[in-house]
Amino acid sequence: MAAWTPDQPLVCIRDVHLAFGKVQVLNGMSLDVMQGGVVCIIGPSGAGKSTLLRCVNALVPIDRGSILVEGQEVHDVKLDKLQLRRKVGMVFQQYNLFPHRTALENIMMAPIHVLKRPRGEVEAEARALMRKVRLEGKEDSYPGELSGGQQQRVAIARSLAMQPDIMLFDEVTAALDPETVKEVLVTIRELAEEGMTCMIVTHEMGFAREIADEIYFTDRGVVVEHGPPAEFFANARDPRTRQFLSQIL
Amino acid sequence: MIPNATDLPVLKPFRPGAPLPGGELACAPTFRFPSPHSRSEWRGEGNLDTCASASAWGASAPPLTPAHAVVLVMALAIAIGIGQAAAAPAAPSILATLIKWTPLLAQGFALNIAMSFLAMGIGTVLGFVLGLALISLHRPVRGVAWFLTEFFRNSPWLVLLFYCMLLLPFELRIGDTIVPLPGWMKSTLGLSLAVMANVAELVRGAVNSIPFGQWEAAEALAFTRLQTLRMVILPQCIKRMTPPWMNLYAILTVGTPLASVVGVSEAMTLTGDILAAENRSELLVPMYLYLLLWFFLYCYPIARFTVSLERRFQVR
Repeated sequence: MAAWTPDQPLVCIRDVHLAFGKVQVLNGMSLDVMQGGVVCIIGPSGAGKSTLLRCVNALVPIDRGSILVEGQEVHDVKLDKLQLRRKVGMVFQQYNLFPHRTALENIMMAPIHVLKRPRGEVEAEARALMRKVRLEGKEDSYPGELSGGQQQRVAIARSLAMQPDIMLFDEVTAALDPETVKEVLVTIRELAEEGMTCMIVTHEMGFAREIADEIYFTDRGVVVEHGPPAEFFANARDPRTRQFLSQIL
Repeated sequence: MIPNATDLPVLKPFRPGAPLPGGELACAPTFRFPSPHSRSEWRGEGNLDTCASASAWGASAPPLTPAHAVVLVMALAIAIGIGQAAAAPAAPSILATLIKWTPLLAQGFALNIAMSFLAMGIGTVLGFVLGLALISLHRPVRGVAWFLTEFFRNSPWLVLLFYCMLLLPFELRIGDTIVPLPGWMKSTLGLSLAVMANVAELVRGAVNSIPFGQWEAAEALAFTRLQTLRMVILPQCIKRMTPPWMNLYAILTVGTPLASVVGVSEAMTLTGDILAAENRSELLVPMYLYLLLWFFLYCYPIARFTVSLERRFQVR
């Protein structure tokens, strides 16, 4: 296979099928993410959005189809999954910070133990990341002492510390109090503006419209329709999309 | 009803809820042990029962209270009084007899404690290994570990003791050195088998009680499974395991007199010997009560400490 070049999609998903038991979760999902692009995936719950993200960093194996990240087949059995996951950062709905470590340690753990980088260097970077997500002064707090929004920002910083090429956001604001949603969205927007490639599963339509280069509407395991936000929200063609949008907008 | 010291969660079969399906966070990482005040309402929520461990760890009321100590001392005093009344007039007083034999009893008791320490140490180390095997991804390993755990956890301790006494040689030859295996050592090994199986089950339960999201997050950060266990999962387990582990220790300690049946001269055996030497029937009840008091005084602080640990972990 030819080496990956930046003009090809950074993530290329083609005809991915996946079933959990008898439930067909992904039913021929296809989508592309260009480098520096921001893709928002929306759709009713059960559409397979979160599962798709988990497939991209090989947390969940697929049954059929292909997912290429930087030209590498993710579900190749010979693939070094750890190598892949260093390139792909993921932030979860439930933050999943490590409760027995402070915010700073949460950020430092992976670079030190996975990338084997020197502690001093990593610590300086971790402090910079804490500043970047506007949590200066919270370095020594334990996750339990932080609000949901703060925890989520630590989780974002923790992923960024691995210097990924792409970030996956899995409904990162769905578990947050309304007043803390904004601070997390601001952080993500800043990342996107800096040119980070992002795949975002979200229910925040306003946010998706504002930030996305391309919006994918998924339902029952397939992409129903996609397009740039302006076009997508103004004149959706598929009746399912229109019904979904009318319910939430 | 208040559970007493021998009615402890560790010995009940521990069955955590089904593994959480991916991303389905019945038990969010933000979930904390409830404060004592909120416990009852929290238990009412059915879906949190999937985090079964939490309720299994936190649920025990104080196992022993100072009232028990008072009752015990009073019983001893009454027994001495009754014994004294029944004694022949010329015999030395019962209290004096108890005091006279105290140094010997202390010697025997020291052996009980040594056995409990050793059995707990060996059992914990082996149990950790076995517990990790229980959660192995390798099916045969898991199967063997499951069999060992269930076998030793459901065998009577006394039977294990007899097996160790009868099956182990009285000395081991390692190269040129000969390591003697005295009876107390063999029975300690027997006890540690039981401890091992219980600790293995504790480890498995604690690991399963950690929300699935922790595994996922660590995996997404490119941790290997071993790193995830060592740096993310087990550190969180230790805290949850400590109270039931200490309960197990208290149970083990009160179980060490079992070794008297297989002829180890620990406190229980010595008490029998003393009674035989004195040959005074009125000593029987006070003597055994006295021994009981020793065990109580040793285990009571442990029980209290366990309770305070449980409380502390609940709040955080």
